[in-house]
Amino acid sequence: MALSDYSFVNLASVREDLISKKISASDLVELYLKRAEEEDKYNAFLEVFSESARATAASLDQKIASGETIGELVGAIIGLKDNLCYKNHHVGASSKILEGFKSLYTATAVQRLIDQDAIIIGRLNCDEFAMGSSNENSAYGVVKNPIDPSLVPGGSSGGSAASVAAGLCMASLGSDTGGSIRQPASFTGLVGLKPTYGRISRYGLIAFASSFDQIGPFTKSVDDSELLYKIMAGKDVLDSTSSIKPIHKERSGQSKFTFAYYEEVINSPGLHPKTKTLFLEKIDALKAAGHKVISTSFPYLEQLVPCYYVLTTAEASSNLGRYDGVHYGARSEASEDIPSTYFNSRTEGFGPEVKRRIMLGTFVLSTGYYDAYYSKGQKVRRLIKDATDDILSKADFLISPTTPHPAFKIGEKANDPIALYLEDIFTVQANLAGNPAISVPMGMTDEGLPLGFQFLGKSFDEKTLFAAASLI
Amino acid sequence: MEITDKMIEKLADLSRLNFDGEQRDKMKGDLEKMIAFVDTLNSVNTDGVEPLIYMTNEPLELRKDAVGAELSQAEALSNAPSKDSDYFKVPKVLDK
Repeated sequence: MALSDYSFVNLASVREDLISKKISASDLVELYLKRAEEEDKYNAFLEVFSESARATAASLDQKIASGETIGELVGAIIGLKDNLCYKNHHVGASSKILEGFKSLYTATAVQRLIDQDAIIIGRLNCDEFAMGSSNENSAYGVVKNPIDPSLVPGGSSGGSAASVAAGLCMASLGSDTGGSIRQPASFTGLVGLKPTYGRISRYGLIAFASSFDQIGPFTKSVDDSELLYKIMAGKDVLDSTSSIKPIHKERSGQSKFTFAYYEEVINSPGLHPKTKTLFLEKIDALKAAGHKVISTSFPYLEQLVPCYYVLTTAEASSNLGRYDGVHYGARSEASEDIPSTYFNSRTEGFGPEVKRRIMLGTFVLSTGYYDAYYSKGQKVRRLIKDATDDILSKADFLISPTTPHPAFKIGEKANDPIALYLEDIFTVQANLAGNPAISVPMGMTDEGLPLGFQFLGKSFDEKTLFAAASLI
Repeated sequence: MEITDKMIEKLADLSRLNFDGEQRDKMKGDLEKMIAFVDTLNSVNTDGVEPLIYMTNEPLELRKDAVGAELSQAEALSNAPSKDSDYFKVPKVLDK
């Protein structure tokens, strides 16, 4: 078989191909290194880890030849969003302030993939510090959508989405604070998972908003998503918020579900007509297959995105306080004393969107406004969580389109932060309430642009979430 | 809410960020828009609602107060923008 003919089906079959010696790990790595170097017209990769990927492949081939036990992910070529640490490799959250920074340790989620013999191929562009919905906020340039390079790939994990959609890696990891995995998955025709808060350790993930952030996979199929999830999930002593609850072995056998959806949102004029048509078609198909679909309402629809912005910017302004130009990262040349080291390094190092969010976060936390904004946001968050739990006591899943629109033109919304923020309307609820949610492709617009269908499930019930996701 | 120059100055100071001229005006406009956007939270009655602070409901375990596999001094210094063999270096703090 000519090497360039190798086409990826799923991670399990890659493993079989290696065991049956149809292809070697080194051949696979060379193929994907070549693709990443020659075919990345999308600015998806910030760096290709050729040296370590080749070394890993060589040792895997030796392991296979000697008949040693091999991991579940042997041969899996996986890319990392540029906010996940991988020891002795650069990581920078697509920010100038971390230019030159090398990880001193490996994120637990990444280590668990490596322990199952995955090959880490490189780091992928994203919005700076994962702040954005279009990947136009990276210090290293915009990422283009492989479906149509004049369009954004979504964000913030835009490079993670583009690389898998373009076949430059088999799967990738991203992080999801308000939709940063599910929205780009929707824009590029992939499966994107945001697990329950606390399911996957955040150790080694560069923090944006700690009570919202979760790591998750971008894959071509629900099966691959579940495989990666099960390997990464579970208690980690290095993240005290990681849950001790056991990880499912078998997907739920439940075959009939009750789905709830917000009728008023689906009928809103703000929705792309094709988003509505496709979503309603899927609802009819679910009903025809014997599932129950009920319409419901949500009293805090208007507050979802504002609540998300108050709380995440507050957490970000605190988390990003560590970038001071002293211990690591970039220091301004214009530093003359301690205050100018802080002020100049941060002013030169952070991009405009990050500064905007630090400023809003500082505002909501400042004396005189803390109660009216930050504390108020936390109270509204409780109401949102309770109302979400209430819906999920009557239905197995809350379903919606993943985004109101398909991918938009690069630059189209760049000057209107609020328009961009409203892209997050369907995705932020899962992060505010902590629930798991998955986006799966539901079809395309007449122009051939993919749209996603989202399932939001009960907390720590991923085993049923994957069962439902495979229905679409 | 109107954001005054004085407020921007104070927030910038707390954030350890500089904004000059045009940038300051832009930030002022952006902040005003964003605050108006999040103001809708105030239309919700939250009397008697406890703030949701922690997203986990499992008891947090305390780890043993013991030295673990920490970073070596050389590793901790390896990403510093300025250092000598033992210390992070910063610009002069005291004038004399």
